[in-house]
Amino acid sequence: MRPFTYERPADVRSAVAAAAGRPDAAYLGGGTNLVDLMRLGVATPRTLVDVTRISSRAIEETGGGLLIGAGVRNGDLAADPLVRRAQPLLARAVLEGASGQIRNMATVAGNLLQRTRCPYFQDVTKPCNKRLPGSGCPARTGDHRNLAILGHSEHCVATHPSDMAVALAALDALVHVEGPGGARTVPMPGLHRLPGDEPDRDTVLAPGELITAVEVPHLPFAARSRYRKVRDRASFAFAVVSVAAALDVAGGVVRDCRIALGGVAHAPWRAEAAEAALRGAAATPEEFARAADAELARSSPLPRNAFKAPLLRNVLVRTLTDLAEPAGFAESEPVETP
Amino acid sequence: MNGETDITGADGVPDPVTADLRLSVNGVPRPVTVDTRETLLDTLREHLGLTGAKKGCDHGQCGACTVLVDGRRALSCLTLTVTADDVEIVTVEGLADGDALHPLQAAFIENDALQCGYCTPGQLCSAAGALAEAADGWPSAVTPDLSAPPRLDETEIRERMSGNLCRCGAYPGIVAAVGQVAR
Ligand SMILES: Cc1cc2nc3c(=O)[nH]c(=O)nc-3n(C[C@H](O)[C@H](O)[C@H](O)COP(=O)(O)OP(=O)(O)OC[C@H]3O[C@@H](n4cnc5c(N)ncnc54)[C@H](O)[C@@H]3O)c2cc1C
Ligand code: SF4
Ligand code: FES
Ligand code: FES
Repeated sequence: MRPFTYERPADVRSAVAAAAGRPDAAYLGGGTNLVDLMRLGVATPRTLVDVTRISSRAIEETGGGLLIGAGVRNGDLAADPLVRRAQPLLARAVLEGASGQIRNMATVAGNLLQRTRCPYFQDVTKPCNKRLPGSGCPARTGDHRNLAILGHSEHCVATHPSDMAVALAALDALVHVEGPGGARTVPMPGLHRLPGDEPDRDTVLAPGELITAVEVPHLPFAARSRYRKVRDRASFAFAVVSVAAALDVAGGVVRDCRIALGGVAHAPWRAEAAEAALRGAAATPEEFARAADAELARSSPLPRNAFKAPLLRNVLVRTLTDLAEPAGFAESEPVETP
Repeated sequence: MNGETDITGADGVPDPVTADLRLSVNGVPRPVTVDTRETLLDTLREHLGLTGAKKGCDHGQCGACTVLVDGRRALSCLTLTVTADDVEIVTVEGLADGDALHPLQAAFIENDALQCGYCTPGQLCSAAGALAEAADGWPSAVTPDLSAPPRLDETEIRERMSGNLCRCGAYPGIVAAVGQVAR
């Protein structure tokens, strides 16, 4: 690991000042991704600005929803009574991620900004356009089983690994940011970029911008929501594919819905085509399949991850079918891949 | 802390940065001087003689390095020591009360919850943390109802302990031991 200085700023303003104009400074949250990437030689900051002591750890009810401090640990987030009651989809997605230990360390901001688990990105002996722009993308012809089927480019086919971000993309969350240029909010989806010809940029954040909070607007039909994750083992593994969905059904017709997909793109993928196909449609498995097909019409799977398209279709249809049951839905068995 | 801002040596290679800290480990103040790059796992094992926490993977993937930080389970291999000077750290060495084993330690012995024992310190600290989380009403991914207090049946224990791998496959004993203490 490269030597670095460690700073613990007194407040948000001094944290932003400490990182401003210093491309080799990095904010440190729980460290569960950054410390690992530093050890692997993928991240080589010269200064760590520890923001855990100054990031809010509060979860508050605002008029229109919940305001979640950037420093809230994932474990505290999923356990919070307000979150469990008002945003069960968010609590469920967080609980599906990582392990108890990691959730106790991981912060909301760090979770959103964690980097891809593409094996080439994490291996400094290999080329990778995300790590070293212009060096190539070996995943395209190599190991891309876990990588993207939607929205990728010839330059990068990585996926964003966060479960929490998928729920936040479904819930129209707003990310509060402070930076050298002042404060702003960034909507989700919209925080994470598609790779295009700049795969080294995961998000739209400018260098030095600090996430301070995430706002999750109230969703009237939040109770009828579900996060369903498919992974290679029953627990403690990243998503192969995942679905965050909320459904508002009346008289057998879909009045409204929110659908976001994980494990399939460089960003948590809001399934706008599926949502459009569903609004006003009958709440039947046939219509759910039609909506899934509308979304997947935009996909371009690679040779070794083509299985993700039918897998996603099945998981989406099943999740929506469960949600459409008149009596709500019963939790069912975790899905495992063959 | 004595982190100087210019850390570039004459040859362009940054010099190591050190920090003087006072850790609190198992209730005892422990002054240490560490390189900022050092993880809590290495500090515990190499500087403080506390070799209970184990290095299984050094990447957050196995749980062998689990300790308690302010009462919550955490991975010492992903914790930079320099970040841990204002928290209470408890390692497996701090679980027992003198010669009286922690109930989890006794239950692990009684239930044959180990073979080689390499993962055991991490399993014990993780189980202690998991029991505290459940006592605080925290749900898990398999908790059927987010609004009801969790019941620590086998499914719950397996899910809550999934961050701790055991290469010897002592899982049935581990689940039984944790379940015995949870009751
Ligand atoms: C073995 C393992 C399994 C995992 N499994 C899953 C899983 O199944 N699902 C899942 O979703 N996640 C999983 N994770 C990932 C884990 O959730 C993330 O590592 C964690 O959420 C990152 O949060 P952190 O606070 O530790 O971030 P850090 O590692 O501290 O930081 C991550 C990034 O965010 C930046 N950053 C931190 N805070 C701020 C801020 N306030 N403003 C701006 N930038 C900031 C850092 O500079 C860094 O670039 C797993 C991790 C491990 C090690
Ligand atoms: S998919 Fe992206 S992250 Fe993976 S090797 Fe290609 S460029 Fe790098
Ligand atoms: S050594 Fe820390 S998780 Fe494996
Ligand atoms: S007892 Fe050997 S690894 Fe668990």
